Amino acid sequence: MQLIYEKSIPGRRGIKLPTSDVPAASALPQALLRQEAAGLAELSELDLVRHFTNLSRRNFSVDTNFYPLGSCTMKYNAKVLENSAALFAPFHPMTALLPGGEEFCQGTLGMLYDLGQMLSDITGMDEVTTQPLAGAHGEMTGILLIAAYHAAKGNKSKKKYVVVPDSSHGTNPASAAIAGYEIITVPTAPYGDMDLELFKKAMNDEVAAVMMTCPNTLGLFNPHIKEISDIAHSHDALMYYDGANLNAIMGKVKPGDVGFDVVHVNLHKTFGTPHGGGGPGAGPVGVKEVLIPFLPQPRIVMEDDGKLMLENSNPCTIGRTAGFFGNFGVMAKAYAYIIMLGREGLIQVSEQAVLNANYIKERLKPYYDLPYDMTCMHECVFSASRQLKHGVHAIDIAKYLIDRGYHPPTVYFPMIVKDAIMIEPTETESKVTMDEFIEVMIEAAKTAEDNPQALLDAPLTMPISRLDETKAAREQNVCCQW
Amino acid sequence: MNDSNYCPHTPQEIQEMLSVIGISSMEELFAPIPSELRAKTFNIPPGLSEFETYDKMKTIAGENSSDMVNFIGGGFYDHVIPAVVDHLSGRAEFYTAYTPYQPECSQGTLQALFEYQTSICRLTGLDVANASLYDGATACAEAAMMALRITGRNRIIVDGCVNPFSRQVLKTYLYNLDVEIIEVPPLDGVLHQEALKLLLNDEVAAVVVQNPNFFGSIEDFSSIVGQIQSVGALVVASVYPISLGLLKTPGEMGIDIAVGDGQCLGNPLSFGGPSFGFIAAKKASIRNMPGRIIGETVDKKGRRGYVLTLQAREQHIKRHKATSNICSNQGLCALRGLIFLSSVGKEGLVEMARLNRDKAEYAKARLAGIAGVSVLQTAPTFNEFTLFLPKPAEAVVGALMKKGIVAGVPLSSYFADSENALVVTVTEKRTKKEIDLLVKELEVALCS
Repeated sequence: MQLIYEKSIPGRRGIKLPTSDVPAASALPQALLRQEAAGLAELSELDLVRHFTNLSRRNFSVDTNFYPLGSCTMKYNAKVLENSAALFAPFHPMTALLPGGEEFCQGTLGMLYDLGQMLSDITGMDEVTTQPLAGAHGEMTGILLIAAYHAAKGNKSKKKYVVVPDSSHGTNPASAAIAGYEIITVPTAPYGDMDLELFKKAMNDEVAAVMMTCPNTLGLFNPHIKEISDIAHSHDALMYYDGANLNAIMGKVKPGDVGFDVVHVNLHKTFGTPHGGGGPGAGPVGVKEVLIPFLPQPRIVMEDDGKLMLENSNPCTIGRTAGFFGNFGVMAKAYAYIIMLGREGLIQVSEQAVLNANYIKERLKPYYDLPYDMTCMHECVFSASRQLKHGVHAIDIAKYLIDRGYHPPTVYFPMIVKDAIMIEPTETESKVTMDEFIEVMIEAAKTAEDNPQALLDAPLTMPISRLDETKAAREQNVCCQW
Repeated sequence: MNDSNYCPHTPQEIQEMLSVIGISSMEELFAPIPSELRAKTFNIPPGLSEFETYDKMKTIAGENSSDMVNFIGGGFYDHVIPAVVDHLSGRAEFYTAYTPYQPECSQGTLQALFEYQTSICRLTGLDVANASLYDGATACAEAAMMALRITGRNRIIVDGCVNPFSRQVLKTYLYNLDVEIIEVPPLDGVLHQEALKLLLNDEVAAVVVQNPNFFGSIEDFSSIVGQIQSVGALVVASVYPISLGLLKTPGEMGIDIAVGDGQCLGNPLSFGGPSFGFIAAKKASIRNMPGRIIGETVDKKGRRGYVLTLQAREQHIKRHKATSNICSNQGLCALRGLIFLSSVGKEGLVEMARLNRDKAEYAKARLAGIAGVSVLQTAPTFNEFTLFLPKPAEAVVGALMKKGIVAGVPLSSYFADSENALVVTVTEKRTKKEIDLLVKELEVALCS
């Protein structure tokens, strides 16, 4: 398909702008002006609409295809959430930050406060900041809160390390490194979780934090989690909970109850807000009381009369992690999701997410290697190792699924599983959809034996086949030339 | 089980699935969680119907004052949004997809983001751009960290005229690193070039500036850029995309990295988000850029296509050695930015920028005509300017808010000795009538 710039005709106009009702201003000095207008597209509105409508048709999405992308929780996004968020479109965030401005923003500040309260209850934390703009942004914020905690105790130079399991999301070590820590990686034991003995050896008083996902990226709940927390705390290391997999445990177990001190929540995963082709998400961070003094500012506080105010006077704060109050529109959707589903609904979500993952795991077990064969939580991880004998890799199975109308599961992650295939169906998929998917996965396993070339050639039904990624990385053509 | 909660199974299907798994109850699925660790309380209120939910959201939105006439900016701006932006970005195929890890079934998102990167390069006059960052403030911090990586140095100089929120976020990002941040205090609302020159040496990784700056001043950094680069430091500029319809580009000034907030490009105010941050740079520094980057390539048959490229920089491959921790960014907001720029178009953006300046100049002249009010005149301005009132700005703004006019941002919260200073923003959406009302009400407030 042509690029929009290739469809551009000089002089063509799209939107009509407001007519000026004031005199023209005097010209700016030449030295302050750009030499020529930016080369933006010039299209009629109809041509523009066709361009983007046709582009959209080149995507798989939750609304068009089953999208069992492990670790990403691609559940259905209820349409009423969109209507709800749109109600807040006109509110300028700066209004609340003006002296006395809170009075004019009690609705939006109140919603953020209530969302914080509900997320605190779900995660077992004492207070939530809504500023972080994505999961990884929440991780960085959380690690900075931990850094501030250690600094306040005079241990800034002593605390050098953050411990992560080798099965962790890549963002965990990346966030900790960006926040200034060195990383200690602990291998996974044959029982599918961080090796407890190796963990004990890795721990010392220079460890600032332990970052974990629970259930982990193998979809397994770590039965030793309380013991791990206790060991970490005995070294004055704080426990960080990566909330990417929270969809599995709502109402069942609270990270705060098993020893975690900081939690980030991916609203775009667990709380049903759309993923937008790569964001916007939102990554609110919950903390235990001991970390409240360090939370980002402005902090939303409720006064005795129920009025919401912004507090900006805390001397220990880590400062500000985003321009305003976080991705408010995303939070409005998550808030609507939580109040709509309610207590029983959220429990049902976690139960059926876990049910669906275990159902797929049991049905596909005869056809694919299952390195950790036990009850999983919201996702299951297979290995394509059996198919490798026929020269078929996880990526080839993924591409075959595309031809059959499925967005592939996550592949090659977690890295500890050879040719991993990580399937997260989510609770919103019907048995019929999963049964059809299972049949196609079985068909792929059989094709790997009978006709591996068919998998290696896939996909054949898309506008393009497999792309030359080496050429892209070598040429670095990231912008359409003039 | 009467409520769907978007979980489709019938009780019979659940039984069938449980028997395939080989268990008899849902509860057995949670057996791996030790019983003593199980949640003892769960206090979320009972659920609501879709209608009740929307009704409650309407009530909450109704608790904010609506119909305020905004003369405030500070990073977020009240601009027109063409109807096509909502309709096209709202296509479910864009909306409910995720990061395009599988390019064959994600060409829609990938090509759109490639086109977006192109629009940012063309706006800023720089060579390469990524597929978006979180917001303008975090983009500024990411650019500073990029400069730390490129130079291997550990000192950042920030112009005190840069948006205070961006400066605060920068400090937070660098909070636990061994990096020194030095601020150059503003000189009458512009960069204090002489003070900056005294700070330049071979330990400086970057100098961060903004154009137009927080006071509204437009500057040409061309001459100082060379001097900064001569000590091996990079120049980072935060810019306001709408102003680039008219103003000299970061590329033309020789600036190394341009960043900014894309809210003004088709994203609603929405109480501060979501918007997107953009970052553009010279080609040589592409490997040090944070976040996702889309690149062009071909398939086996030579057909053109787009992929996530240079992934070896990223967290899911490099883990703690990645150039950033970014995973989800603001893809859909960047798509809105592209649709906005493509709808407004090449000539339209120039026209829109002029409209902003015309309205702001009209407001500036009218407001300066009020007895006792003066205007900061150090530099020309775009759609924001600084006024000096004859009394404290906070009280005046407070009085006008009660009348439904948000007159501007008092500088006293952000700068010392600026009790009477007020930054006023006028976008193309403000009518002459609204501006005249602001003038009238400000006169009243100043007389009382």
